[in-house]
Amino acid sequence: MSRFLSGFAALAIGVAGLATGASLAAEVKDATGEIVKATDTSRLLSIGGDTTEILYALGFGDKIVAVDTTSQFPPEALNKKKVGYMRALSTEGVLSTGATLILANWHAGPPEVVRALRTSSVPLVILPEGEGAASLIEKVRLVGKAVDAEEKANELASQLQSQFSALEAARAKISEPVRALLVLSVNSGRALVGGRGTTADVMLKLAGAINAAASLNGYKPVSDEALIEMAPQVVIAARRSPQENVAGDIAALPGFKAIGIGEKVPIITMDASYLLGFGPRAPQAAGELMAQLYPQLPK
Amino acid sequence: MATQTLRLPHTNVSRLDRHALGRRLVWAGWVALVLAAITSVSVGPTGLTLSSLPQAISAALSGSDSAADAYARLVLLEVRLPRMILGAFVGASLGVAGAMMQGLFRNPLADPGLIGVSSGAALAAVATIALGSSFAGPWVRTLGAWALPVAAFLGGFATTMMLMLIARRHGTTAIATLLLAGIALAAIAGALTGLLAYVTDDRELRDLTLWSMGSLAGASWQKVLGIVPFALLLLLAIPRFIRALNGLLLGEAEAFYLGIEVERAKLWIVTLTAAAVGAAVAVAGTIGFVGIVVPHLVRLIAGPDHRIVLPGSALLGAVLVVVADVVARMIVAPAELPIGIIMAIVGAPVFLHLVIKRGGVMSAP
Repeated sequence: MSRFLSGFAALAIGVAGLATGASLAAEVKDATGEIVKATDTSRLLSIGGDTTEILYALGFGDKIVAVDTTSQFPPEALNKKKVGYMRALSTEGVLSTGATLILANWHAGPPEVVRALRTSSVPLVILPEGEGAASLIEKVRLVGKAVDAEEKANELASQLQSQFSALEAARAKISEPVRALLVLSVNSGRALVGGRGTTADVMLKLAGAINAAASLNGYKPVSDEALIEMAPQVVIAARRSPQENVAGDIAALPGFKAIGIGEKVPIITMDASYLLGFGPRAPQAAGELMAQLYPQLPK
Repeated sequence: MATQTLRLPHTNVSRLDRHALGRRLVWAGWVALVLAAITSVSVGPTGLTLSSLPQAISAALSGSDSAADAYARLVLLEVRLPRMILGAFVGASLGVAGAMMQGLFRNPLADPGLIGVSSGAALAAVATIALGSSFAGPWVRTLGAWALPVAAFLGGFATTMMLMLIARRHGTTAIATLLLAGIALAAIAGALTGLLAYVTDDRELRDLTLWSMGSLAGASWQKVLGIVPFALLLLLAIPRFIRALNGLLLGEAEAFYLGIEVERAKLWIVTLTAAAVGAAVAVAGTIGFVGIVVPHLVRLIAGPDHRIVLPGSALLGAVLVVVADVVARMIVAPAELPIGIIMAIVGAPVFLHLVIKRGGVMSAP
């Protein structure tokens, strides 16, 4: 009898073990509609700067075995193994990392490689397309589901949601929105500015500014004359490293001189990956930008 | 022209010796290709080797399949094998196309890349990528996966035909005109490609940049199917063009008097090379220098006889691309270096060396 009982107990423990094992096998429907079974989250491959930031924010940084070259934040991510640029992955390179779960930005590619990875036994979760409050929160929730950290993800998501709401409330107080121009870099005497459909555009809107380059589509270089025509009231310089002096380069351009850069038109310098990465730091970055654009705005 | 050929280096080797040497070279090429192919399937960042293949296949056949076996099959049969085959056919096509064009245009610089055929193919392919979602939408959707190779083929062919029309006057091909026109067409195609890149968004732009550097990383069986028919047509046609191209070595008029239908040969060669180069550009992007360096290497070793130059260029081209692809996937693993960069880094100095060694100018191939 006791043997039977102990046998039963062992069976029960076995079943319980199976049950917890099953709960680990989170089934997620990723952004492409694919049902992905993530069974093992011990070795993560993160493709895309936003994906990596979210994983770090959820406390999964040390589970990441490799990242792509767009993963620039947090600084620890730079020490991870690199699988190359997210649009130019190689199937075997990705598989050689020994990852047990791949989390990838929507734009990961080329498509043939993504297709081949789908046929491999390594689960691949593709995050939703687009940059904006809604898709960021969706990304956080999906990553949380995939790595079985839903609670933490929900926490982060609601925190982001309230940050975005606070931004919205602050925007409502702006009576006269400024025309702002975001400059990514200066190359051979021309400024590369963020037009429609860019993260720069999204961030300017979040910070309550009007994109002075809204007539352009994408990141485009502009001539001095076009610049005068755009008539920005403030210029935002996105620098890629603290050593880079984008503000100085901008101030040296005749077009910017003509609009009174540094005097009538102030230059705000911000870190490019912080301002344009659109990871979990995005609302904070937008808030900081807003504070600089509207110093007189009550907190 | 004939006397000039004799004044080239290696005149101490008699023609008979050359041919025997050439035949040995072709055999060596086959051996090298087999070795390169085995290496290509055996080497990769995952560290899997060919030795795990028999186990993986027998596991699949017997039904006792494990995850490790499925993984080995994926890496070996779905990633490396199509990659190797794709590389071999792309390399062979580019090598033979280069050799044929140099023979046809009777100019050592004629190369699908240099005279604008690749640029034309690239322009058409880029247009398909950039306008596929808007302007050319219905067309691209109808053709599906074939849209890119078909576009690249048409682009390459149109450029070649234009070049022929411009360079041919009164029944002869003016070589200086041909080269200059080729460079001009390449510039136009490059500018239009740039224009398309300008109107597309940031991400497509990066795709185009990466694509223009060439890569076999996206190899799949579908892409293999995309190039094999065109490459095989070109490769199987080699024996038919040997006599014509050897005749053309003497001069166009001389070839005509030898009873060679020069114009017909020209039309066929232009069509087949444009098709193969177009398909190669479509599946692997633009890979430079194979078309120009490979035939010259073969000629340096075995002389100008097309019985050796054509098969030799096919084999050496295939070996070179397959080996360069192994380097591309290993050198920065687990990332990948575009193969076009490797070919140019290796190809350009070799070409420079050839030019210096030969005194800079070669009047005949």
